[in-house]
Amino acid sequence: MSNVTTPVPVGPGTIPRVTRSARLQRHEWLAVLGVAARSMRGRIGLSLALLVVAIAVIGPFVAPHSATAFVSDLPFATPSGHYWLGTDVLARDVLSRVLDGGWLLLIMAAAATILGVVVGALAGVMAAYYRGWRDGLIMRIVDIILAFPAIVFALMLVSIAGPKLWLVVVAVAATHAPQVARVMRAAALDICEKDFVKAVELNKVPSGKIIRGEILPNLVTPLMVETGLRLTWSIIIIAGLSFIGFGLQPPAPNWGLMLNENRIGLVSNPWCIIAPAVLIALLTIGVNTFTDAVARVSIGVERRVDEEQIVMREELPGRSAEPVL
Amino acid sequence: MTLDGVVAPVVKPHASSSSHPMLSLVGRRLALGVVTLVAVSIVIFAATEVLPGNAAYAVLGQHATASRVKALEAQLHLNRPVVVQYWDWISGVAKGKLGTSFANGETVSSLVVPRIANSAVLVLLAGVIGTLIGCALGILAAVRRDGWFDNAMSVAALAITALPEFVVAIVLVMVFSALVLHILPGTSFVPPGQSPWAHPSLLVLPVATLVIVIVPYIFRMMRAAMIEALESDYVEMATLKGAPRWRVVLVHALPISIAPTIQVIGLNILYLAGGIVVVEYVFAYPGMGAGLVDAVSARDIPTIQFITLLLAAFYVFMNILTDVVALMASPRRRLPRS
Repeated sequence: MSNVTTPVPVGPGTIPRVTRSARLQRHEWLAVLGVAARSMRGRIGLSLALLVVAIAVIGPFVAPHSATAFVSDLPFATPSGHYWLGTDVLARDVLSRVLDGGWLLLIMAAAATILGVVVGALAGVMAAYYRGWRDGLIMRIVDIILAFPAIVFALMLVSIAGPKLWLVVVAVAATHAPQVARVMRAAALDICEKDFVKAVELNKVPSGKIIRGEILPNLVTPLMVETGLRLTWSIIIIAGLSFIGFGLQPPAPNWGLMLNENRIGLVSNPWCIIAPAVLIALLTIGVNTFTDAVARVSIGVERRVDEEQIVMREELPGRSAEPVL
Repeated sequence: MTLDGVVAPVVKPHASSSSHPMLSLVGRRLALGVVTLVAVSIVIFAATEVLPGNAAYAVLGQHATASRVKALEAQLHLNRPVVVQYWDWISGVAKGKLGTSFANGETVSSLVVPRIANSAVLVLLAGVIGTLIGCALGILAAVRRDGWFDNAMSVAALAITALPEFVVAIVLVMVFSALVLHILPGTSFVPPGQSPWAHPSLLVLPVATLVIVIVPYIFRMMRAAMIEALESDYVEMATLKGAPRWRVVLVHALPISIAPTIQVIGLNILYLAGGIVVVEYVFAYPGMGAGLVDAVSARDIPTIQFITLLLAAFYVFMNILTDVVALMASPRRRLPRS
């Protein structure tokens, strides 16, 4: 790394650099998203995720049969002209169930992600800004929730009140929030020490306004990466809970449940397993790959901002930006 | 799984002059672990007994008559103050008296204890095999950096980290036991009273699923740490003085790249404590994870509480073990700072 002892030159020459990096930061997150979406990984990830989202959103309107009606006499019938992907364990049309079985999963995953990220980010930033007893309290709660495996924690919460949809969303969000809080606290600790925060504090600006106006805008990029990771996990956990019978309840179709109820027919009609499995896999891989692209770009942006501010800096040996996520 | 929060504890220079700094550190971490575990037990108790929809309703159903609920509450001692109930439960756990299962009237220990060994076999095998494969692939990719092997592995790792365990498990079942080949059993039901070691073929697919899920993380970390080690000055020194390539990689670079990797290996073994839930359920493997799913289906609260507490205890102490081992692997942090 750079052990630059040369002081940053103070004078007219540095001003353009500062304004340039400030302009870079203002819409940094949009720029990061744009660059990420144009990269190879970003393109692949985004198109996979959007393809599955399109199937889930448009699917219910184009499904050829009812998703819950028993359309045939024969369970696990192989694909035919009438039932393109054959029939499932209760002789329902697999294609219709696949088309209709994604939207609720997506809504729940999105809701759990947003809830978990908002609560976690606020808790993490507050812990970093106030320090003291608030920091201690928040981080102890985080430690306790992180002492459970995520799926075990979610199962425990749904074990008593039963698998109600809102409870699944809250349970999954509760497993996300501590992880987000840790990441955001670490990122915010740096920002809180910056001079511009100290300057605003001296002007007696209320602390809520400082957090909203000064600190959060500088955390949007790490927050985006974290949101992407959490979205992948939401989909995995909610589909997994449905798979083991504690998410969305039958007879309504969903991809996790379909995998489980049709397992016994794997040999007779493999499509009732392959179709939902492929859709879940494409969705999680797509979201994760796009998140990886965003993470790579954001690491590059951080490095560029550092370079502009430090002015003189040894060149890093040609080291690839490898985000370890 | 994220790597945040994995901060190696700093040994204070004058923490204790009498004992070894490592010992006092381990002692402090253990004490903190016990405190965390007490808090965790309170959370488990609160979530399963105090939250709306209490245990008696859970057993009898939402439409039970008030008198039946009262009778059952008295039988289960649910009518006593919450603090007394908690104390009864936690002191019972400490003494090994776990109560009776709601599901079939057997004792919780007779339901859970045989499953502990089964799950331990699964976690141990997956942890060891996954670590070896992950490290080996990481070293290979780092040595052939930016070659076709490295690129292919990085893309594969990115894709596999995003796959849910049950999708991996189902793909393995399709390939090895149902559609393509018919060489392995698709379910892994070990008969009660028998050791899973007596049925190695039953272990292959569950272990393979868990290995596939954890290898990408270990691979990524090993690769990154090995690349950093290979760029360091003393590795260049070793190369210049004419040491053979394998010796430079395995003797000079590996020891320093293993310290950060140990944290990730520890995190992945931690992850296995949750991963077994879905994987054991898929393969009907009689371990703690499948036991937890059964218990939640049957609303068998004493069993849910005990399995959750066991998994959380494994989590907490595995975390401490990871930190201590990582500390021992990096000599710089092992000694007090001068």
